[in-house]
Amino acid sequence: MFSCNKESSKSEFKEITTVKSYTYNELKPMLERADGKTYVINFWATWCAPCVKELPAFEKIKEEYKEKNVEVILVSLDFPKHVDKRLIPFINKKKLQSKVVLLDDVNEDFWIKAIDSTWSGALPATLIYNSKKRAFFEKNFEYETLEKEVQSFL
Amino acid sequence: MRYLKSILVVAVLAIASAFTTNIEDSYKIGDTVEDFKLKNIDDKMVSLSDYPEAKGFIIVFTCNMCPYSVANEDRIIALDKKYKGSGYPVIAINPNDPKAMPGDGFAEMKVRAKEKGFTFPYLLDEGQKVYPKFGASRTPHVYIVSKPEMKLEYIGAIDNSSRNPNKVTEKYVENAVDALLAGKKPTKTETRAIGCSIKTL
Repeated sequence: MFSCNKESSKSEFKEITTVKSYTYNELKPMLERADGKTYVINFWATWCAPCVKELPAFEKIKEEYKEKNVEVILVSLDFPKHVDKRLIPFINKKKLQSKVVLLDDVNEDFWIKAIDSTWSGALPATLIYNSKKRAFFEKNFEYETLEKEVQSFL
Repeated sequence: MRYLKSILVVAVLAIASAFTTNIEDSYKIGDTVEDFKLKNIDDKMVSLSDYPEAKGFIIVFTCNMCPYSVANEDRIIALDKKYKGSGYPVIAINPNDPKAMPGDGFAEMKVRAKEKGFTFPYLLDEGQKVYPKFGASRTPHVYIVSKPEMKLEYIGAIDNSSRNPNKVTEKYVENAVDALLAGKKPTKTETRAIGCSIKTL
């Protein structure tokens, strides 16, 4: 009965019902693929205001650069107990097109350093990599600054 | 002339670096921490020198709005209760600029401290002048200082499971303070945890 949804430009969005949870060891292969693609990995959480603010920039990169072998993955650091009540409804409400996974691993001191030696653990943070280059940013992005970084990988 | 030029270049670089707050310029383990004077939620000013009896301090940069801070509030209260008596009180500092994060204003700090029954000072880093000296980058971010030299002994997380207190297997801050109270050096001096970025304009 709500078929007439004129506002929705992202009509292909399919509501999700689950988000896959990873330990660091399970996530690790996703952070070091050498398959010719450039990966933009954003570490975020629904409760993190600057993260939510910059999400549209990552969504736009996914859309604008999909022909150029760029893949965006949003790694959520939401509280595991909030996945059903907050994370999944948030993804559906915002109609996020990028792949979202949950990182649930207690040994933060180990995996924060392993992801990047310069990362203090503050959110948001972004890793961009391909088989030739790797860069890590503990900062907020605007679309233009993110696009500039992504272009330097292509 | 070339000599003069190089002096000029060095001087310009020195001036430039003096005006940038850089993480590299902040306190490192073993450094002497300067005292500060910040407004507490009871409207009185608090300095580390107000604690002549203390053997050191557990300084925690934390705030109202960050869920990781909120998830750690009970642990911060427990640290103060456990160590205040033996000489390591908790001093909490909110580093966020309320203009960037309205829920972290001074009035809101008073409300939160009352709700949770904070047993320690909860100070406002007015003008955001203290946290850069410590190189704090997130909330919560803990710094342990020992007296009498005001030496920085530990930087990092409270324990190894910030999101879930039931999964803690290593209590970094407790281990460090226990070592210091026993006259030893902490074995782990720097740890990391996920947290909220510090909000400034």
